[in-house]
Amino acid sequence: MWDYSEKVKDHFFHPRNVGEIQDADAVGDVGNLACGDAIRLTLKLDNDRIVDAKFKTFGCGSAIAAASALTEMVKGKTVEEAEKLTNQDIADYLDGLPDEKMHCSVMGQEALEAAIANYRGYEKAPSEEGTIICKCFDVTDKVIERVIRENNLGSIEQVTNYTKAGGGCKSCHPDIQQIINDIRGPAVAVAPEPKPVKKMSNIKKMQLVQETIEKEIRPVLTSGGDDVELEDIDGDTVYVSFQGNCIHNATSKEKVRHTVEAKLRELVTEDLVVEEAT
Amino acid sequence: MSRTVYVDNNATTRVADEVVEEMLPYFTELYGNPSSMHTFGGQLHKKIEQAREKVADLIGADPSEITFTSCGTESDNAAIRGALESHPKKRHIVTTRVEHPAVLHQCRQLARHGYELTEIAVDQEGLLDLGELRAAIRGDTAIVSVMHANNETGVVFPVEEAAQIAREKGAVFHTDAIQTVGKLPMDMSKGNIDMLTISGHKLHAPKGVGALYIRRGVKFKPLIVGGHHENGKRAGTENIPYIMGLGKACELAKKYMKEEQGRVKSLRDKLEEHLLTNIPNARLNGHKTLRLPNTTNISFEYVEGEAILLLLDEAGICASSGSACSSGSLEPSHVLMAMGVPFTAAHGSIRFSLSHYNTEDDVDYILESIPPIMKKLKDISPYAREIEELEQKAASTANRG
Ligand code: FES
Repeated sequence: MWDYSEKVKDHFFHPRNVGEIQDADAVGDVGNLACGDAIRLTLKLDNDRIVDAKFKTFGCGSAIAAASALTEMVKGKTVEEAEKLTNQDIADYLDGLPDEKMHCSVMGQEALEAAIANYRGYEKAPSEEGTIICKCFDVTDKVIERVIRENNLGSIEQVTNYTKAGGGCKSCHPDIQQIINDIRGPAVAVAPEPKPVKKMSNIKKMQLVQETIEKEIRPVLTSGGDDVELEDIDGDTVYVSFQGNCIHNATSKEKVRHTVEAKLRELVTEDLVVEEAT
Repeated sequence: MSRTVYVDNNATTRVADEVVEEMLPYFTELYGNPSSMHTFGGQLHKKIEQAREKVADLIGADPSEITFTSCGTESDNAAIRGALESHPKKRHIVTTRVEHPAVLHQCRQLARHGYELTEIAVDQEGLLDLGELRAAIRGDTAIVSVMHANNETGVVFPVEEAAQIAREKGAVFHTDAIQTVGKLPMDMSKGNIDMLTISGHKLHAPKGVGALYIRRGVKFKPLIVGGHHENGKRAGTENIPYIMGLGKACELAKKYMKEEQGRVKSLRDKLEEHLLTNIPNARLNGHKTLRLPNTTNISFEYVEGEAILLLLDEAGICASSGSACSSGSLEPSHVLMAMGVPFTAAHGSIRFSLSHYNTEDDVDYILESIPPIMKKLKDISPYAREIEELEQKAASTANRG
């Protein structure tokens, strides 16, 4: 179970301002069922001041808590003041959220943004503009850029925690990385790419196996009275014959076989299997 | 918290009192090393063999076919790696999309290291397509690993038929039977299953002990090497107290399986039927009958699973969810996704898994607790209208019927 702060639990178990203001002056809808969370925020305004706020949320504990906190935070604020609220303010108000749940605070902020845009008569909230980068979770470059700047993010994983972008099929990862690079410079941001597995030619493999047995393995084995002889190589299977003390006992043979295999895997390629030649 | 109702037994179970009692002397009085030459340690060999007999007896195996391990995950890993290492020329693995991560993640890791992997799909009820399985197995398939029952939905797979198909095609067949051992009768002396995984803590033995059945004659190379414990199949000084505990748990399971599982099933059925009829947005995930007697997985549409879990937890009810938000991943359970459960439902799935220790009172308490939880979440949900539509639809069908 997540380690939620007392404040998150309190807002989840006793959410404030649940419902919908019937004659609302501003409505903000974000999220959808497929993504797993959605907020509908309704506001009542009096001369640019928010006099009432209500929410409805489909989502986990922290999504409900973030929406509840948001309604408390905006009441009494002017639109200009409310506009300055960041997702970090919502998280702070709740005494923090687990990293993986920061997207709930971002969703709260987006709901507010959407409601303000609606109040001002715009078609779309700023976060809905721009190009969709993550198709799995419908996240635009604008949103990604903003969370990176406001929360000082430096990795794809963090962007996923804050926006969900990149948490599905992962095909948007290069684009997210590009946005991170553009904002923060590649030096800090580039995650080390896993090294591509190089296909080794058979001749090279044989040479390496032979060398490793001679130079690395033999000396160790012979010092313990054991030895092996390389007999053949077939694909990734290395056939050896056992010599020395170990030939009298199956367990000792197995031990020697394992030693040879482990060393070969370490120094040649991970796929090698060592077998006794028959 | 006034009471605790534990219905998360597919995650882990309470250790039975008899099992604890059986284990205790092996911590203090009988703490020797069975590999020692002296009588004090050496006598424990016999004890291990007695425990092995009990495990073998539960699944109709010969004791020599049972290897003790540290857990179910180790058994799964040892089975798959052991089969691959024994057939180095075969580079293809077949498994299903709904396996436990102990199998699935391992197979996927092997696939990243040059093995070829085929993952078989399941249908909407979570059932395995045997035709697809047959088509997937090739001449170079080293191992076919298909779970016996799914941990999330409880759906039971026809592993005997699957094993038969694997045998015909010359592949080793392994089944992760962690959820079924002790719940369903099995007989390894008949049929074609080559390897089978057992985990202690799913059948009222402690965590930290498991076993792997390896049919006599099946080629196997150990995952853990060192000394020649467990007939050279698994090195490491035997965890005697836990092995004794597993033996006892198997003995108890064998003795009480029939009546216990009947009782548990009737409790589960009561819980399931009431939820499905009284909560209009509830739907069952998994096949109606081909299921473990203790498991029900129900989705509450338009309500989110973690939120339900937190409110259940507040009421002292321990269950689990396939919702993404409870797990730290962003996609709901891979099992529900593989079954094509719609997102609207998958996010709100709850698994109740019962055991020997649950009572009718527990079920009544859950049934009392759920409606106010659903009402609370419906009131918060922006999809209240959709839920109401479901409610109306359910009411009109009920009236007609
Ligand atoms: S497109 Fe971003 S995770 Fe799939």
